[in-house]
Amino acid sequence: MILKAENLRKSFGSTPALDGAGISVKAGEVVAVMGPSGSGKSTLLHCLAGILKPDSGTVHYQDIELSGLPDGERSELRRTHFGFVFQFGQLVPELTCLENVALPLRLGGMSRRKAEAKAIDWLERLEVTSVKDQRPSETSGGQGQRVAVARALVSSPKVIFADEPTGALDSLNGERVMHLLTSAARDTGAAVVLVTHEARVAAYSDREVVVRDGRSRDMEFAT
Amino acid sequence: MSIGHALLGLLESGPKHGYDLKRAYDRRFGHNRSLHYGQVYSTLSRLLKNGLVTEAGVEAGDGPDRKRYAITDAGVTDVEGWLNTPEKPDVYLQNVLHAKVVLALLSGRSATDVLDSQRAAHLATMRELTRRKTGGDLADQLICDHALFHLEADLRWLELTAARIDQLAKEVAG
Repeated sequence: MILKAENLRKSFGSTPALDGAGISVKAGEVVAVMGPSGSGKSTLLHCLAGILKPDSGTVHYQDIELSGLPDGERSELRRTHFGFVFQFGQLVPELTCLENVALPLRLGGMSRRKAEAKAIDWLERLEVTSVKDQRPSETSGGQGQRVAVARALVSSPKVIFADEPTGALDSLNGERVMHLLTSAARDTGAAVVLVTHEARVAAYSDREVVVRDGRSRDMEFAT
Repeated sequence: MSIGHALLGLLESGPKHGYDLKRAYDRRFGHNRSLHYGQVYSTLSRLLKNGLVTEAGVEAGDGPDRKRYAITDAGVTDVEGWLNTPEKPDVYLQNVLHAKVVLALLSGRSATDVLDSQRAAHLATMRELTRRKTGGDLADQLICDHALFHLEADLRWLELTAARIDQLAKEVAG
């Protein structure tokens, strides 16, 4: 297992979000996390990615227990080992699409020339080189999301966390993003944790985990 | 799928013999289910009897002579009527699943397990269709998308029913 969470509990004030949830993800696997609104699926993803610390329970990435790491080391791990795609891209509005994709590499100390050459490769792969010099606000929703996928993959992450990556897109663009995201992840051997409420999006996964009332169920064992 | 209407539609582009019709049908509509020769000839014989096709000569070859068939004016009217009539919306699985859920609740079994097991089966089929779609041509994509949207609608019903299971349990118990 590349990622394993056990018995996670997390509350926001007096509202419980996770109540004993767990998940295991193998290297290179695409796992869909589904469930009704407010069931805790995004909280689970944030705990798995080390963005949130659970109140109790453990999250292991390879042999590292995430909640035991100091904040700085967790941030470094996120930058170097994880990639992120969110519903609205969350690209930096002041930068061009090319600069956005190169950003994770630049933050890691890579030269501008080298970082942008790698970024161009990923923009080509995601079929969005035409917008490389545009700012995110000048692109369509589908293009912006493909730029966000390129940014998530540029630093060769071991795990990609995607939270409703097609939530703001129409069916055709959503399908295209999912096809490109999952095929690129499979080619590079990255695992994907995909939070979605859309079954057609989840159908790009290898396996499904359902979260209800803060508890998770691996659907592989439901049949 | 009405094989008769499909064959009539294929004949609109010009007369064909049975073998050509089978090949054209399999290529365009066959996908997982190609036609048997027996189905082609029994359908053509019915269309002939009903005046929707007519024999348009015999083609001699190495093997047995092959009859060619042409669509008649009545056949064109028939296929046009079929194309203009919407299919009856079907309720698919809901009746069976509803019965299973209610019976599970009545017998003290887990209705959530019934729904989850169906959900997993639906999603497994959706994965298979998605794989077929991503590796297929545009015709494959359109056919798979149609099936995927229907399965997705079923899944939404399963989710909604799962969310209402406590309410349903109370009604069933009452």
